Amino acid sequence: MARLSSFRDFDWPLLGMVLLLSIISVLEIKSATLHTKFHGFDHKQIGFLAIGLVLMFLISLIDYHRLLDIAHWAYGVSLAALVAVLLIGTKVLGGRRWIKFPGGIHFQPSEWVKLILIVVIARYFWGLAGRDLTWGDVGKAAAMVMVPMLLVLKQPDLGTALTYLPILICGLFLGGLRFKQAAIILLVIAIVGGGAWRTGKVLKPYQKARLTSFMDPDSDPRGAGYQIKQSLIAVGSGGIWGKGTNKGTQTQGDFLPIPYTDFIFAAFCEEHGFIGAIGVLLLYFLILMRLIQNAQTAADLPGSFIIMGVVAVIVFQIAVNVGMVVGLMPVTGIPLPLMSYGGSSILFTFLALGIVMNIRMRRFVN
Amino acid sequence: MSTSFPNHDFLNEKQEKVAPGKLHAAQYIVALILVTLFAGLWRLQVLGASNYRLLAEANRIRKVPVLAPRGKLFDREGRILVDNYPSTSCYLLREQVKDAAADLPLISAGLHLPIEQIQATIRRFEATPGYLAIPLKQDITPDEQAFVEAHRNELPELETLDEQRRLYPRDGFAAHLIGYVGEVSEQMLNDPKYAFYAPGDVVGRSGVEQTYDALLRGKDGSRDLIVNSHGKEVGRLGQELAVPGEDLKLTIDLDIQMAAEKAMEGKIGAMVAMDPHTGEILAMVSRPTFDPNEFSGRLTRTYWSSILNNPDHPLLNKAIQAQLAPGSTFKIIMSLAGLEEDKAQDLKVNCQGGASFYGHFYACDKHHGGVDIHNAIPLSCDTFYYTLANRLGIDTIAKYASALGIGQKTGVDLPDEATGIMPSTMWKMKTQHAKWYAGEVISVGIGQGAVTVTPIQLARALAGVASGGSLKRPHIVFPSEVPNEEQEALAATFPGSGDKVVPVRKDNWQLISDAMAQTTISGTAAAAHLEGIDFIGKTGTAQVMSHDALARSGGGHKTDPNAWFVGMAPRRNPDIVVAVLWEHGNWGNNSAKLAAQVIDAFVNKQRKLENNIRVASVPSQVPKPEASIAVPGSTIVAVSTNPPQGTN
Repeated sequence: MARLSSFRDFDWPLLGMVLLLSIISVLEIKSATLHTKFHGFDHKQIGFLAIGLVLMFLISLIDYHRLLDIAHWAYGVSLAALVAVLLIGTKVLGGRRWIKFPGGIHFQPSEWVKLILIVVIARYFWGLAGRDLTWGDVGKAAAMVMVPMLLVLKQPDLGTALTYLPILICGLFLGGLRFKQAAIILLVIAIVGGGAWRTGKVLKPYQKARLTSFMDPDSDPRGAGYQIKQSLIAVGSGGIWGKGTNKGTQTQGDFLPIPYTDFIFAAFCEEHGFIGAIGVLLLYFLILMRLIQNAQTAADLPGSFIIMGVVAVIVFQIAVNVGMVVGLMPVTGIPLPLMSYGGSSILFTFLALGIVMNIRMRRFVN
Repeated sequence: MSTSFPNHDFLNEKQEKVAPGKLHAAQYIVALILVTLFAGLWRLQVLGASNYRLLAEANRIRKVPVLAPRGKLFDREGRILVDNYPSTSCYLLREQVKDAAADLPLISAGLHLPIEQIQATIRRFEATPGYLAIPLKQDITPDEQAFVEAHRNELPELETLDEQRRLYPRDGFAAHLIGYVGEVSEQMLNDPKYAFYAPGDVVGRSGVEQTYDALLRGKDGSRDLIVNSHGKEVGRLGQELAVPGEDLKLTIDLDIQMAAEKAMEGKIGAMVAMDPHTGEILAMVSRPTFDPNEFSGRLTRTYWSSILNNPDHPLLNKAIQAQLAPGSTFKIIMSLAGLEEDKAQDLKVNCQGGASFYGHFYACDKHHGGVDIHNAIPLSCDTFYYTLANRLGIDTIAKYASALGIGQKTGVDLPDEATGIMPSTMWKMKTQHAKWYAGEVISVGIGQGAVTVTPIQLARALAGVASGGSLKRPHIVFPSEVPNEEQEALAATFPGSGDKVVPVRKDNWQLISDAMAQTTISGTAAAAHLEGIDFIGKTGTAQVMSHDALARSGGGHKTDPNAWFVGMAPRRNPDIVVAVLWEHGNWGNNSAKLAAQVIDAFVNKQRKLENNIRVASVPSQVPKPEASIAVPGSTIVAVSTNPPQGTN
């Protein structure tokens, strides 16, 4: 157990930036749901944030080495949970992603798997430290990530499944993957990915359409292209200064799809303009830099690995979500960390940050 | 310090840290990703802002047309003839249809329209631009309107539009002169002349509605609504007001029109009453008639086929389109020509039931004995006019008849007027490339042969004679109601429509009018005599086939002669001229009785007005024309206050 005095080492600046972003998020959720049946989601978000903060402090109390110890058990339970989702999960919008517990609690295992994978991968590469990776090491690491990924794809939840990839890539990068190996892996991905695209067995047609329509929104103006187009209009029409809180015509007029979750950044950009958007990006930048700094000062290798795993997931989510909103990336349904409405996303992020705090607090422990 | 983590397996073996270079690299990668996103934002929010702002505006602003109410029609005293009533129509925005297979059954059920009919409507407007909304159903019920509102999300392609729809007098009252409106046709839409019309637009298709469409239709406005992505109104920006169509006052006198309608009830034919001094049409009736309300909704197949299959052509305005032999009514024109040429004054014939000319015997219906110009008109003696025609020759007759407008359009402000025929040597050469035979003039003398007239031509010619040779252009709308530029456009549409002057000597008119007075006292129209009313006229009974053909046909209703009558009152300087055509009405005096009803109504109304003026102590208390809307008796205005039932 960490002594309470070690909270002096808690990363208060990081927490401050995270809370600032959370406040921005709550305000934008309030604005985006003002005239909709989702009115009041801002209050729910505050609730999620409160729970997240509590969980963050709680998890920072448990030595992360304990987590490393139980990682393989947790991994086994995760896989079981993912299988359970497929068997008894609640069907929502054509996908089975949740397990419903008594008391109205919906549990989305795929979000928690993210966290467990980060720890599992950290533990795995820790064991390999000090030598170059063999193809066998790469294969094992890939299998560890691919098995849950395929289970999540089966739900189907492409967005969440994709967020597992950066954990693997980060592990391989930090774990000592040689340049030649990286090149071969990329080649194999290109060939296998291309093949999988063609056969259509891995991705459903609508998923494919979503992945390609961002390049030409007009090719599918009523389907996936519609969302891209409305998002571009929202962001672009915001201009430099934005239209003002509650005044985004795209957001308030219901043109922007789900402006409180996946497209919250578009809503924010419309109402607060380029200046506001740059402010948010800057906050993200500072948060990420702070995280990497913590990785640098971590007491040991697994600590750095875990933090960098968190960084990888967050960066990936920012890149894909903001990239989607500004038309550089396909629509994948990945929430923007700390901005999008949603309990699972908030709780994952705060738990991840809790572990980061945990590692930071123990950075002088050796 | 392994004691801190007693359970940890690896702690002592692995103490390496991640190479700082790799974490620096990670920082660069993160920075690079964020700079890329920054660039994306710059591209949209700084470089593309103005463009995207336009798109955002287009996204949320919808122009909703506000239809201009069509101008109303009033009679000369300001009593309403044609009104509007509010109605709601449902339109289809074709570009908004996402899934026709799923939507059509829903639309069909909600609007109570068969799917095939919806598809037929869509096919009908296939050639028009897709952004134009097309009409699905008119006069939708409140339930159907509620259906459209309730399904805004699923059916964004449906739109309702409040319209003002035409309400015509019932039972085809004055239908031919008023005309009707209908949806602009597909052919019209493809005509550049009608470029400003959209599908579903209403346009005048006949009568006054057609002639004065430009005045009546006004100009549609629009409302700029702020809408959300479901098309639901969330605010308003501004509006362009609709300019209502001009109200028009017609020269028709509702009382006279009603008398005329009543007189013509159940008959086939036409009646025109006009003011000879001005050319103002006081009444115009054509029978059989039709219901213009049927046309202003979506025309039903059954109604349309009932119109098409009626052998008496209900859509034809016989007052201006029937071209028939005028029969003995033509004798007025003959008399005038003879007197003006000084060839009738001394003419005396001994009628023995006919006479021979050029080796042919031409029959008269009676043995009239000694006939001169004074009794030739009331007796309607054919023998006298055979002789007079022979004296004058076809070209002299044609000179007078043509000067009085026979064989020419009158220029009345109604569409599709017919010309009639006034034969002459030149006419025969031009149309039949044949020489005129002298004997052909004989039957023309009694208004048979090649000569044909329309009832309105006859009325105008007689009005011309009665007003001392001043021929007025008949019209249904007061020229003062029409702006100058519109008058020019109309003059181009109705060429040769100006007023004309024909020299008529006063004593000749006196002679003719005295003779016409005898007609209604003791002559062929004695049955139509109106006690105490200076009503004069001339009958005409025109064979519809030759005696031989008649004998072969074995008789029957459709072989009966057409009964004509032209009458006027008072004798010397008439204020009203009435022409009546009763097809197969058998004898001219039958028509004379019909005309008498109208003359009677007219004179009685005049007298009542004069009495009112005399009774009123202050002249200004004379009721103004507008005020007479409330005059007792005008409540029988044949205007329905109930909108017609749905026509689908």
